[in-house]
Amino acid sequence: MPQIDQIALTYGSQIFWVLLTFGFTFIVIGLGMFPKIQGTVDARDKRIADDLEAARTANVTADKLEESYRVKMENDRSDAQALVEASKAKANAAAEKRKNKANADIAAKVATAEADIRARAGEALKEIETVSAEVAQDMVAKISGAKVTKAAALKEAKAALKHG
Amino acid sequence: MATEEGKIDPMHQFEVQTILEGFALGGQQIALTNSAVWMLVAVAGLWAFMLGGMKRELVPGRWQMMVEGFTGFIDNMMEANIGPAGRKYAPYVFSLFMFILFSNIFGLLPVGVLGLHPFTVTSHLTVTGVLAIMSFSIVLIVGFAKHKLHFFSLFIPDGTPLPMIPFIFIVELLSFLVRPFSLALRLFVAMTAGHILLKVLAGFVINSSNAGAGYGVLVGIPSFALMIGISALELLVAVVQAYVFALLTSLYINDAENLH
Repeated sequence: MPQIDQIALTYGSQIFWVLLTFGFTFIVIGLGMFPKIQGTVDARDKRIADDLEAARTANVTADKLEESYRVKMENDRSDAQALVEASKAKANAAAEKRKNKANADIAAKVATAEADIRARAGEALKEIETVSAEVAQDMVAKISGAKVTKAAALKEAKAALKHG
Repeated sequence: MATEEGKIDPMHQFEVQTILEGFALGGQQIALTNSAVWMLVAVAGLWAFMLGGMKRELVPGRWQMMVEGFTGFIDNMMEANIGPAGRKYAPYVFSLFMFILFSNIFGLLPVGVLGLHPFTVTSHLTVTGVLAIMSFSIVLIVGFAKHKLHFFSLFIPDGTPLPMIPFIFIVELLSFLVRPFSLALRLFVAMTAGHILLKVLAGFVINSSNAGAGYGVLVGIPSFALMIGISALELLVAVVQAYVFALLTSLYINDAENLH
């Protein structure tokens, strides 16, 4: 086995070269390149983690904004509802008031008209009574020649009219 | 693969050959060997691979994704085995994992067809031994720096009855001291065995074909089919052994970092 046979002759050069080449590997590659490459990997991992975190934060903010928007919408809607309700009530009240006033006006007009009619009817009745009393007076005077006082005739006529 | 008068030596691939004499250091010749060249090739390949991941784009391309897959894999492993304190060892374990992985896989490359001589540096005990001793030293240094002499409580599991403590201590200490050897031997043996198996089968193909067309069909073709399967298995082993080395290192560092 040459590895053992030659060991006494070659160990010096073998150890020298392995120390030299491995030393170069350790200093240039292990200490020089490895941390830089691993740093790139770490920086990338950190960047990805940060981006994910930012995305999560943005998501939460968006949710919050949506929630506040929703709440505001809700409030606005209920405000509008209340406003509509209030104006409807106001309009109703105004209409009611106008209606009442109109009703009252109409009632008053009807009342005066009725009073007028009644008054006229009374007048007409009185006229009929006077006329019928005069007619009755004349008739009595013509038929029996008896003189009937105006008052008696009126009384009789009134009674007769009442009976129909 | 050396052929000495038709004889194929499956061990020849592990021979360290000197390319440039280099210089002497403490009685040892520090030569530029084929092993050194393959280490340099593996590190250059690794460096080129990592460079593709250095674009540092927010949205990664395919290459960057692949590099980040490796770094993230080791990072997660440290996090899972050691906890948040484990991240500071990630550069070391990552270097270890990638160095072994690239050495393993580059050693499997079929550059032989280009006339080059493939060499797997992790099939050498000297190389895996250095890596294992490095991991073990880190465990010792971290353990004693962090816990002082309290680190020895690692060798006494919770709930050990008092009379058993001396025996348990010795057994645990031995198993602890064996760690660098098991770490080095596991990788060395796994890589060596796989490469020997591939070369022996390749020798079957060549020798049986040389012996005649009938032998070639009868022995060569099944051997070649088996080689294809074992090559795939060796690729898996290359990855798994790199993973095991890194995983065990992280588990040992966990012992030092957190005791238990």
